[in-house]
Amino acid sequence: MDKIELPKEVEDLLSVALVAELTVIAEDGRPISYPLIPFWDGSRLLFTSAVLFSRKLEHITKNPKVSVSLSDPVAMQGVPFHRAVIQGDARVLTHEDPHTSWERLLPLWRAKEPVIDMFVKKRFGIPLFFERHTIEIEPKRVLLWRDGDTSQAPEVSTPRVLAVSS
Amino acid sequence: MTALAVDDAVKRARTYPHGVISWVGADGYPVTIAAPHADDPDGEIVLGPLPPRQLPPKGTEVGIIFSHIRPQPGMGYDERRYVDVWGPAQSKGGLLRVRPTRATGWDESETPFFEYAERNVARGRDYMEKAGAKPRLSAFWTVFLATRLPFLTATIIPVALGGAVAANDGHFAWGWWLLCLLSAVAAHLAINVFNDVADADSGSDEANVNPTPFSGGSRVIQYGLVSRRTMAITAVGLYVVAGAVGLLLALTRSTELLWIGAIGLVLGYGYTARPFRFVHRGLGEPVVAIGFGPLMAAGTYLAVTRTFSWETVYASAPVGLLCALILYVNQIPDRPADAATGKRTLIVRWPAARVVRGYAVVCVVAFAIIAAGPLVGITPWWTLLGLGGAWWAVQTYRPLAERYDAPYALIPVMQSNVVTHLATGLLLVIGYLIAALLS
Repeated sequence: MDKIELPKEVEDLLSVALVAELTVIAEDGRPISYPLIPFWDGSRLLFTSAVLFSRKLEHITKNPKVSVSLSDPVAMQGVPFHRAVIQGDARVLTHEDPHTSWERLLPLWRAKEPVIDMFVKKRFGIPLFFERHTIEIEPKRVLLWRDGDTSQAPEVSTPRVLAVSS
Repeated sequence: MTALAVDDAVKRARTYPHGVISWVGADGYPVTIAAPHADDPDGEIVLGPLPPRQLPPKGTEVGIIFSHIRPQPGMGYDERRYVDVWGPAQSKGGLLRVRPTRATGWDESETPFFEYAERNVARGRDYMEKAGAKPRLSAFWTVFLATRLPFLTATIIPVALGGAVAANDGHFAWGWWLLCLLSAVAAHLAINVFNDVADADSGSDEANVNPTPFSGGSRVIQYGLVSRRTMAITAVGLYVVAGAVGLLLALTRSTELLWIGAIGLVLGYGYTARPFRFVHRGLGEPVVAIGFGPLMAAGTYLAVTRTFSWETVYASAPVGLLCALILYVNQIPDRPADAATGKRTLIVRWPAARVVRGYAVVCVVAFAIIAAGPLVGITPWWTLLGLGGAWWAVQTYRPLAERYDAPYALIPVMQSNVVTHLATGLLLVIGYLIAALLS
């Protein structure tokens, strides 16, 4: 997949955000937003969803156009606050094993929610929560509101493609 | 997410500092923008100010999510809650106005995460099936869950007590005792597994959205980890092992064991199965008190010594009663699901105050039996050590009424109740072993 570069402010927000709103489009054309932990691995925007809460996965499979909003100052402590929205194309990595594939996100997950390790150790207690698919988003457009002030027009940019890998 | 009444959702939405508005743009991508509350009139949500060019065209169906978390450094976050509303957009003067027509949401202070997850199990299984995947755990954890292995203390204690009484009478034999243990363990695991099959058939486990490590069954069938068929075959296999070892003991030690085995079989199988369905008739507790007390202990004594012992029946009565109390308390969080599926346990039949009082009464009876044993010359003085278990009984009783309606807050109570049985039983065993060593 292409390596993507987002505006630094947005990458910084993604690196610390405890929650982002992932908006997908339902079959009836309605936008539906889900609060989720976003993961930025330096080149890709990723989410993971338990099969228990799989409706969003089904929506994405039918319509891959999504947006991701970074809007809550409380959830983004430690970096200068801005608000951002990333529009892009999502795909659910359904070819991957839902039992183990999401574990590669654990280092990023742990950094934001250290308690996850305790839950992973006790996954036998809530097994379907740890059957998960990963959502990978290819950003197409980024909107940035400096200082979080959405009463002003956003800065709009297109993510830079830095490299192409297989 | 759970459907919310629109009025309720609007009230809840106002408690969040900002909302995230989204609609589908001309290019097909969701357009999203956050905005604070403006002056919301009744029944409407008004957000802004926003640049007029950033607002959706009039009448566009918009969704607005209001979301909250509280960061917990070193842990992650808690206080998760959100409200989602939808309705047609109106805009004027840089403000977006929406009179919601539908709403959903979740607040973990109202619906704990584990319950929220349980309510979605059917969706998760459906998704897995469509994805051609199967939920799984390691073999160890699958067996651990499916058999509810930790509850084996309920069997080990009376079998150990039967052996300890035999030791005090100078007749202990490791080989026969171990065979008793094997038969009893297999029978107990068979009962556990079969109980899950019966509860899956009746729908009571599926209806239970508040399972805990102590209640609500193993859930391996509901989670799709083990099929009903495999569970049923496992139960039959375990019953066969229990029966075969029991038969061997009966033929080599005492044919009276056949009676004990027959009673055990009727109680164990009939616990949830037709035609008896003891637990459905509010008779689960007496069945457990007999089966996991005098029946196992006296059976063990009989197999080890070839004689029947009323002393063992007496000494194990408190263990049986405290074991029945494990079932009794563990059924408290299950009661809505049990009631809905016709499993009319004592907990379903009785009001909370009577259930709590019943717990205290049975505890008093159990510990009175222990105290009276040496006084009437039935049990050795050292068995008074068993009274030490009363400390955990008090720890269980005290918060019982207060946490009666909070399934997850009951977890430590259920835990201390299990320890009450375990500690009392172990102390009784130790008492008998000390008496045996000193005699």
